[in-house]
Amino acid sequence: MAGFFEGLNPILEGIQQAVNLLIALDPQILRITALSLIITLSAVLIGSVISLPLGAGIAYGKFRGRNALIWIVQTLYAFPTVVIGLIVFLFLRNNGPFGSLDMLFTPQGMIIGQTVLVLPIITGLTISALVAVDLTIRDTITSLGATRMQFLISAIKEARFAILAAIALAFGRAISEVGAAIIIGGNIASPGNFWTSTRTLTTAITLETGKGDIALSIALGIILLLIALVVNVIISIVQNR
Amino acid sequence: MNYKKLLFVLTVAVVVVAGIAFSGCTTPTPPAATPTPTPAPAQEDLLIATTTSLYDTGLLDYLGEIFGPDYNANLRITSKGTGQAIELGRGGDVDVLMVHDRVREDAFLADGSGMDRRVFAYNYFIIVGPPSDPAGIKDMSPTDAFTMLYEQGQTNPSVVFVSRGDDSGTHAREKLIWKQAGYDYEQVRASGAWYIEAGTGMGTTLNLADEKDAYTLSDIGTFLAYKTDLDLVPLVTQGDDLLNVYSAMIINPAKYPDTKVALSKEWINWLISPEIQQEIGNFGVAEYGQPLFYPARDNWELLNVPREETQDPIP
Repeated sequence: MAGFFEGLNPILEGIQQAVNLLIALDPQILRITALSLIITLSAVLIGSVISLPLGAGIAYGKFRGRNALIWIVQTLYAFPTVVIGLIVFLFLRNNGPFGSLDMLFTPQGMIIGQTVLVLPIITGLTISALVAVDLTIRDTITSLGATRMQFLISAIKEARFAILAAIALAFGRAISEVGAAIIIGGNIASPGNFWTSTRTLTTAITLETGKGDIALSIALGIILLLIALVVNVIISIVQNR
Repeated sequence: MNYKKLLFVLTVAVVVVAGIAFSGCTTPTPPAATPTPTPAPAQEDLLIATTTSLYDTGLLDYLGEIFGPDYNANLRITSKGTGQAIELGRGGDVDVLMVHDRVREDAFLADGSGMDRRVFAYNYFIIVGPPSDPAGIKDMSPTDAFTMLYEQGQTNPSVVFVSRGDDSGTHAREKLIWKQAGYDYEQVRASGAWYIEAGTGMGTTLNLADEKDAYTLSDIGTFLAYKTDLDLVPLVTQGDDLLNVYSAMIINPAKYPDTKVALSKEWINWLISPEIQQEIGNFGVAEYGQPLFYPARDNWELLNVPREETQDPIP
């Protein structure tokens, strides 16, 4: 049994080797990182395009069951991602209803999984953000003669701080998710074709840790942290103008 | 403000990239080698489901890098436990199945889910454990060792066994050895805290066993190739029950017409060809001081499989 400081040694060695891999721009790591970013950015983009209007419609809509709907959306925040993965897997596999799309074990399938993951989050937080827009401001916009569309766009602009934060949160959740990514994607390296590989940062960490390759796992982990940092910085810049 | 333009450009970039990703563009990335002047036929993807014990050694990635360029193919390999891999095969989600559980393979072939099985490699399972070997099983036969572990496990707190517990090929072999030793598996599972079910892959299971100074059954390939230093040592390495035979099968196109039968045949026939059989036998020798796999070719008697399965190319 190692003492505290002896036990730190392998970790520090791992970090050192990881930094070497990163500095050397290891091509495998670049591939994995690029794929993670592409998949999650796509999912967040598609999710936002759906969620923003949906959230606006629910926030300012007056219809029966509105409160129940909001409650359901918020409950879905905590939808276990591995269950999302299982459900999407069952739908996309060959024997499933969408089997003919051939999307199992593809990045496209993973994008679908992550989109399902981010939809409740962006929708729900958009609803919260829009509802929180001061009633006086909303009344002002309406009294200035805004059409429905202009009203919604203005309201979203007013709430952009919170909505951007929602999108950043959704991005973070999606890129660090591993259960659905492994079940839907299969963690495939696909050396001859980048566009059909499904090995992302999280699935690769799982694989390499299972193989005992701690340095590579730590390197990928560092990248995930850096991405989270960068996203946060971008959001801050945009919010602060 | 400049940031608006930046945001706009970023959004367009993301949309373009997402669009490409979503359109299922399969243009292969240009190879680093000299480009050919004549346009080559489209590279074909082959989807293989295999077991972690085979994939984690790196053998398939290594072979794929040779096969791919030679046959203008791209191997896409997903590794799961044998049980999960077989389920994928049964569902027609892959083209080729590469596993190491003869009994379940036979069932797979019998119900028409697969065809054209070929045996391409073998190695051995080993029982590993702490160097101190509290149960004293070193050099016993596998069944005697399991018996000793069961008996010692009840009384000696230092004796712990970690099972894969995940329906993998290795787990299936463990269950078989318990059966050969005369035990009912459910009885073993319920017999006490000494028997731990990891429910995970071989690497993680080895790590768990290492942490607990416990015994476990591993294939020799994963054990040698595991990149973290383990205190575990091989204790039982000889015995017929430890033979670990790897086979490949094609998913039956009669059941799943989309199966890439032609490329699957090329891959499997390539695997059992004399040159590649030799490659398989040489894999890892330089790095680990011993082979991780042995060629199946010419060893059909030892493996107790039909000769055709080790040598005859699929027509």
